[in-house]
Amino acid sequence: MSGFSALFYKELLRFWKVVVQTVVAPVVTALLYLLIFSHVLEAHIEVYPGVSYSSFLVPGLVMMSMLQNAFANSSSSLIQSKMQGTIVFVLLPPLSYLEFFLAYLGAAILRGLVVGLGVWGVTLWFATWQMPHPGWLLAYGLLACAIMGALGILAGIWAEKYDQLAAFQNFLILPLTFLSGVFYSIHSLPPFWQAVSHANPVFYLIDGFRYAFVGHSDSDPWLGLLVASACFVAISAVTLALLRSGYKLRH
Amino acid sequence: MSQTIPAIHVSGLCKRFHTTQALDGVSLEIQQGEFFGLLGPNGAGKTTLISILAGLTRADSGHAVIMGHDVVRDYRQSRRALGMVPQELVYDPFFNVRETLHIQSGYFGLKRNEGWIDEVMHHLDLTQHADKNTQRLSGGMKRRLLVAQALVHKPPVIVLDEPTAGVDVDLRRSLWEFISRLNREGHTILLTTHYLEEAQALCGRIAMLKSGRVVALDATRNLLKLTNEHCAQLRLDSEVVPDVWQKRLQRDPDGSWRFNFSEYSDLETLLADLRVADTRVLEMRLQEPDLEDVFTDIMRRA
Repeated sequence: MSGFSALFYKELLRFWKVVVQTVVAPVVTALLYLLIFSHVLEAHIEVYPGVSYSSFLVPGLVMMSMLQNAFANSSSSLIQSKMQGTIVFVLLPPLSYLEFFLAYLGAAILRGLVVGLGVWGVTLWFATWQMPHPGWLLAYGLLACAIMGALGILAGIWAEKYDQLAAFQNFLILPLTFLSGVFYSIHSLPPFWQAVSHANPVFYLIDGFRYAFVGHSDSDPWLGLLVASACFVAISAVTLALLRSGYKLRH
Repeated sequence: MSQTIPAIHVSGLCKRFHTTQALDGVSLEIQQGEFFGLLGPNGAGKTTLISILAGLTRADSGHAVIMGHDVVRDYRQSRRALGMVPQELVYDPFFNVRETLHIQSGYFGLKRNEGWIDEVMHHLDLTQHADKNTQRLSGGMKRRLLVAQALVHKPPVIVLDEPTAGVDVDLRRSLWEFISRLNREGHTILLTTHYLEEAQALCGRIAMLKSGRVVALDATRNLLKLTNEHCAQLRLDSEVVPDVWQKRLQRDPDGSWRFNFSEYSDLETLLADLRVADTRVLEMRLQEPDLEDVFTDIMRRA
């Protein structure tokens, strides 16, 4: 077992041991959103021609759950280790900063994908099954979890207290995901807010992911892929630079 | 000894935290197989020094080398050579004892290490708690788990930061037996402690730190010679002592006399004068200076 695989295994075991909280709970939350919004809006809204509102909403909910849980996995693991002092157990061994990054990232991606699959699984009863572009599903799913997993590492390193991490989550991650077109098409927005949405990278993730499901999107999925990839590279570069310098980890 | 690589070599280590100079040019060398003590009051820089050795803290200047490996440049090798027991009683509540040790061993890239993990658990009396969640361990068992975690990769150099702080007598004794055994088997031990009697009993050499500087560094027996304050406790058959000695002899509540002296010749003269005065010595006890006297003395002067 290399240092990387041990840390990756530990991170997987960590969330798997509390699977009700880390996987089942977000699936139930997403299901509640689906029940409420589709009950209220199903009869009134058809975002794309021939696509029911539930079918429109499901990919958004799956993506939103993946984003939030990938972020939660790496960020909460790191802040807990720092607060409890157990971070020392991963700082003492000969792990490189790259191994450290990849292990936390890998576990975050896996948690995101497991939750995403769970949400998708339970929503199959409510929306018509279709998947015109499975390749995009995979590309966007992986990229989204990777972006949020890396951002979670960044936030986990930066935050010194639980409330700082909560602020990061509530004032950055949550607005970015909620205002990204999970529940609506941005074409229904006034021009100004449409433009603002285009500056939100999460919008591209949800839009591209939805394209895989319904074959319609608000913007070109290739553009979205470019934006998402650039985001991932930028966040990873910053995170790796911080890890390399030992920022807030090694004094 | 001189041909082998030193277990720990530090030279000119400096570290500043904001306005505090935690380390101010610390240099010392610890040979393989030594049981070395690092003493000093709180804030002297002990934990900063061992944190630099472990790679948890980065020095502003100077070098730290473990078994020939620089802790920054060859951090992989130096960390493999070092097992550190941190001061804080930390544990990961997600895992049980065996999982904790298995994962920790994995961080060092070790495969099929179960045999050694079992052995370490056995020696630290953790075997019957192997499947217990770390949250359910008593304080003493958590401390033993920390020691076990530091040993999973069989490091030649073991650093213990205040390992017996808040630990009961039984555990302290069994911990020292185990650590002493590791030392006899060839492991180098670096220990920081507030219990000076422990350091005196265990450590072959001792360094004392104050305000980030080494203020004493020598074999424990040489350090003990530094203070020449001896004390003799005498019981006499007389209630009075010769006039010339009255100022130097103190009466204890139990009726015995206490005599502090730095030269044994003083004691000789006292005994001779007592004989002349026809006073008989019924009982005499000599107290050797201990490390606490030396420590207090050095800290006062430094």
